Amino acid sequence: MVAHAEIRVVHLSGSKINFREPVITNDSRFLLCASGESVKVYSSSSEECVHDLQGHTDLVSGIVRNPSNHLQVYSCSADGTVRLWDFTDGILIKTFIIGYPIYSIYVSENHGGVVFVVVPMANDKSSELFQLVAVHLPLSGDQEVEARELSAVLCDVSPSGAASFGRKGEYIAAVKGLQLEVFFFKKQKSHRFFLKSGNKKGAKNAFTCVSCHPKEDCIATGHEDGKIRLWRNFNQKKEYTYSTLHWHHGAVNTLQFTPEGTNLLSGGIESVLVQWHYTQENQKDFLPRLGGAITHIAVSPDGSLFCTSHSDNKITIIQSCVKVSAIIQGLVKGEGVRTDLTIDPRSKALVLNGKPGHLQFYSLHRDKLLYNLDIVQQEYIHEEGLDQFEVVKAAFDTRGDWLATVEERTQKGSELEINLKLWVYDEQTQSFMLNTTVIAPHEDQITAMCFSPSPETTMLVTISFDGHFKAWLLADHSDTKEGASWSCDFVGGYHHLKPGCCCFSADGSLLAVGFQEVVTVWSPSWELLTTLSQPPGAIRDLCFGRLSCSKYLLGTSTKNQLCCWNLLTCSLEWSTPVDVSLLQADPLSENMAAFCSQSGCSDLFVFKPGEPRPLYSQKALCTGKVQRAVFAPRDQMLESCEEHAQWLNRSQLYFFTQHMDLMTFSTKTEEDRLLASSKRLMVDDSVAVTPFYLLLGKHRQHQEALTNPMAERIQLPQGSIAIKELLYTPAHVLPSASFLCSMFVRSLLISSSSASEEKEPVEEEMESEEEDSEGEAELRDARQDLGGSAAWGPGEELGAPALTKAQERELRRVKHFDHSWLSSVLEC
Amino acid sequence: MASFKSTKIPIYPKLGEKVTPDTLYWKNYKAPVQIKEFGAVTSIDFSSLAPHNYAVTASTRIHIYGPFSTEPVKTFTRFKDTAYSGKFRSDGQLLVAGCEDSMVRLFDVSGKVALRVFKGHTKGVHVTDFTSDCYHILTGSDDYTCRLWDIPNSTELTSYKEHTDYIRCGITSKLNRDIFITGSYDHTLRMFDARVEKSVMTMDHSQPVESVLLYPSEGLLVSAGGRYVKVWDLLKGGQPLVSLKNHHKTVTCLSLSSNGQRLLSASLDRHVKIYNTTNYKVVHNFDYAASILSLALAPDDESIVVGMTNGVLSIKHRKSPEEKREMAGKQRMQPVYRIFVKGRNYVPKKDDFLVSKPVKSHLAKYDKQLKKFNISKALDTALESWRRNRKPEITVAVMKELDRRGTLKNALAGRDEQNLSQLLNFLIGNVVDPRFTPVLVTATEMILDIYQAVVGQSSVVDRQLVRLQELVEREVDYQQDLLEVLGMLDTLFAASLPRKEVILNSSPLARSDGKIM
Repeated sequence: MVAHAEIRVVHLSGSKINFREPVITNDSRFLLCASGESVKVYSSSSEECVHDLQGHTDLVSGIVRNPSNHLQVYSCSADGTVRLWDFTDGILIKTFIIGYPIYSIYVSENHGGVVFVVVPMANDKSSELFQLVAVHLPLSGDQEVEARELSAVLCDVSPSGAASFGRKGEYIAAVKGLQLEVFFFKKQKSHRFFLKSGNKKGAKNAFTCVSCHPKEDCIATGHEDGKIRLWRNFNQKKEYTYSTLHWHHGAVNTLQFTPEGTNLLSGGIESVLVQWHYTQENQKDFLPRLGGAITHIAVSPDGSLFCTSHSDNKITIIQSCVKVSAIIQGLVKGEGVRTDLTIDPRSKALVLNGKPGHLQFYSLHRDKLLYNLDIVQQEYIHEEGLDQFEVVKAAFDTRGDWLATVEERTQKGSELEINLKLWVYDEQTQSFMLNTTVIAPHEDQITAMCFSPSPETTMLVTISFDGHFKAWLLADHSDTKEGASWSCDFVGGYHHLKPGCCCFSADGSLLAVGFQEVVTVWSPSWELLTTLSQPPGAIRDLCFGRLSCSKYLLGTSTKNQLCCWNLLTCSLEWSTPVDVSLLQADPLSENMAAFCSQSGCSDLFVFKPGEPRPLYSQKALCTGKVQRAVFAPRDQMLESCEEHAQWLNRSQLYFFTQHMDLMTFSTKTEEDRLLASSKRLMVDDSVAVTPFYLLLGKHRQHQEALTNPMAERIQLPQGSIAIKELLYTPAHVLPSASFLCSMFVRSLLISSSSASEEKEPVEEEMESEEEDSEGEAELRDARQDLGGSAAWGPGEELGAPALTKAQERELRRVKHFDHSWLSSVLEC
Repeated sequence: MASFKSTKIPIYPKLGEKVTPDTLYWKNYKAPVQIKEFGAVTSIDFSSLAPHNYAVTASTRIHIYGPFSTEPVKTFTRFKDTAYSGKFRSDGQLLVAGCEDSMVRLFDVSGKVALRVFKGHTKGVHVTDFTSDCYHILTGSDDYTCRLWDIPNSTELTSYKEHTDYIRCGITSKLNRDIFITGSYDHTLRMFDARVEKSVMTMDHSQPVESVLLYPSEGLLVSAGGRYVKVWDLLKGGQPLVSLKNHHKTVTCLSLSSNGQRLLSASLDRHVKIYNTTNYKVVHNFDYAASILSLALAPDDESIVVGMTNGVLSIKHRKSPEEKREMAGKQRMQPVYRIFVKGRNYVPKKDDFLVSKPVKSHLAKYDKQLKKFNISKALDTALESWRRNRKPEITVAVMKELDRRGTLKNALAGRDEQNLSQLLNFLIGNVVDPRFTPVLVTATEMILDIYQAVVGQSSVVDRQLVRLQELVEREVDYQQDLLEVLGMLDTLFAASLPRKEVILNSSPLARSDGKIM
């Protein structure tokens, strides 16, 4: 196998942004969050990503502000380094090498030069025990510094976010399991407080989070049963007290005191931000329905902004607990992509199920979530153990006018609820509107669904485990009041077998439905044309060839076979024994991609059905099975000439690995282009890089470039006056634009005298042509010019053998002029 | 912060006919006025002269009614036997009628005594009509002949004896004074030209013909006989165009709506069907109490008059536009002065800053309670009597929502006798409705689980539980019967398509399989 160095498998961003607590900068302008292997800096007002701080080689596991410099942050990562960044410029200042994987980081103003990090007890990743250690950061000018001066503070802490510094950094509180541990730095001594496991009455006392009051000696802890305890007087081992607050019905995920300590914020699975008043504990404010379960809360140092991260990969920025001001939404990845990956033909966005009951439209080119489409349209109840509706299938028709979705809800002891919904694209609102809801379209789960690609009919075929496939047609009821709606047109089946997959040919003239081991091919008039089968093994995937290979039908079976049938002869063309887990056809070319799983790894083969050799193959693409894959058409065709990279020219292949990482293939030419564009797009840091800014900024730069040479030229005084007149007189007293136009244009023209030497020939030509028909102003100038340089007259030019083109033209123009006045002057 | 999403009330497709412009048009008639005649009403004819009186032939009389009168304006009683086919002349001055005693009488509309009596037929005359030049009369009789009579001379002009059975219908051309068509019980339609001695065209209806009708253009002929209505193209020499079989008893009468776009047929099966004349699909249907013998539409479809075998004449008048408006106006609320007029005429000035008010979303009462997780109250609200009776889908939707939240059991629990009987009443009313069954079965099971301890304590609840049990048992029986019928039908269908099956399963399958293997 030839190693293709030019094609790389790359991680596409769209990683978790809710992994750790986000950080708001001192001036509340930026929000920093850990996102995979990088730290992202978002503008808190415009929601745009301003910087992507890259440098870590493993998952970033924590970010904190540098207490001594408000323009810097520390970030720690599982790669064993702590890095110091300047986030306004996006520069890596220093790298401290700790040497152990770090799981979280804490700092305090009162402990200068020290960061507290959580590392595993034994120096390997598999260890279950973690300790909190203080790391003295050496002062050194070097970029990379080894910080080996570690001193253990607390043993056995939880790896993430369950520790907090107390008033003036005097103590640190950490929770794990049923134990709260407070370590006093002065006395170098720790107190431990235990709670009973208390299983009676459903009380689950385990600690989940902790936060210390910034001004008073008070520790707030959250518990699994939804209680919040406020601990006081904990510097004695025995006489500590606590009071309990209870509102949450699920576990308290996170707690945070506001900087002044007047309020305590808490959040949990209910997705309600609760603000407790510290002094009057029975008073509380709520901010409900924020989205997914709240996982972290962060407060800006001045207390004006809160931000909450949610389980659906979202960060909400809230202004003083009243109003949601911005939402930063990442790609939502649940446990699996139940709807297949699809590409919206209109926006070219990747479409998959996102938030519960929603479809998300994710722009692959901009790495941004475009919008969520509410499919289920029901109030989501944030409660564990509820069976909710889930979007399980989604399909677009070829033009993107129609979207079909299937939602499903399984409940113990009752029937499966399925709804098929059809959405029409509304040009005015630029989004999909619900057109038809079919309640219980099938009696069992819908396994596949596809639209007919033929332009004449709008038809949808759904396939279900109940042994039927149904064709749905758009019926136009123009004679009645209601508009077009969908209705079932045909119900088909084959020997009561369970169908598993279906596929339309590229022109919509054939429908192939895989009934276990048999592939049935149907005509648009619902005649069973032929059946194909290649036992043993049920058909898993079906795919028609496209363009020049449209006479082939490909199928994969569960018993490690990839078969290719010729539809003209109704016979098997070829078959190979590979375990294809996923077969995907490129909509723009003949190419097919087959992901094969072999011994825990996935291989990729790209091939044309009509050719014996694969175009491209890559072994050991990733570990585990590839879950989903899709070909996304490129907006710009690549011009790669290497033979094995040509399949990536028209469209790009994206896939989800077992661990829900979105990956893609990138070629060398593409990377070069990206690099070039990223250089070009270096912009002012204070402003978020919006597409609008890029457009305008580029335009402005372009303008500057244009105006710069002009500035060197001498502006005509009369011209500037005319412009001024035009620009500063009120519009209503001005004469008509058509009258002013010629005057205005004339005033903008630059006289040939001052600029003729430095002008380029093309410009010159234009100018001279204009001047031929132009008025007196230039004429007069030219005359003055001539008068000034009358010394080098025609005689001299005749002698000069080589004239530049420009000079020649100048000469010709001079010749046109009336020279009679000159003679009169001479006579005088 | 997303707003609360209200409970979705599913919209169920309305059963029955769809609302089309046709149904709206044909439903726009008032309740029928019924007049009892002495015998079966065999013929109704509208005068073409305003105010469009109409002649109703029943038993031995012909009554002439005004457009809005329920009492006859005029009555002709000088018949010795049953009268047939009272017809107005196109100028509305003369009326002709046949009689069982084989005489044809011509009346002046203002007079009482017959102006002319045409004798010549030997049996009862069922068909009479004026020709388009107004000077002749066409008659058709049970003696198998049809004749033309001259009015001024009161003499017989011609007689055609081509039919071999009773002539029961006929029509004269409105464009040509010499052409007329007759239909007979010998299953044929014959077209005659008075200038020629024999019939010029013969069409076979293959049923005894009861009624014929010419389109205003007279290119198409419609005939009714047996259960069939047939349309013939006269310009193509009597080629059959369409054969409609929408009635299940003999079609007795045909009529065209005033614009010629709709064809009406009345039948002994008590229905009047309205067809679209472009595609001949039934667009509307009227039901009557008895078998219909005659049907006529007033000009501009102002009224539909139907005569039945039991002697009842039913007249439906079109609703006038004012009445329609009145109906609509009653439903609309009067605008409140404060709300609708205040600030309405205010024109924003130049410097005014327009503040747009956020749209306040209105939530139903049960939604407000659901938002606050007051589940029992929400169920109570949904079970309020008007909602329960008029919009059971709301109640069911709320129950479904509670079930989705996993709190339906809590909401159903803790009810007193009155509340519980209310709930059971609702279940008895709706549990067998296929739209609601999936939700209500769960709710019923929960109720039985919760309240099984108190069974026997209240007679009201016990009675309802027994009723519920009976209902469920009956439903189970129905389902069983239906499944049996389904099985029978399946065998019938399977038996009707054996050849196709064989082709599908044997030849292509075997061939392809053979190649693959």
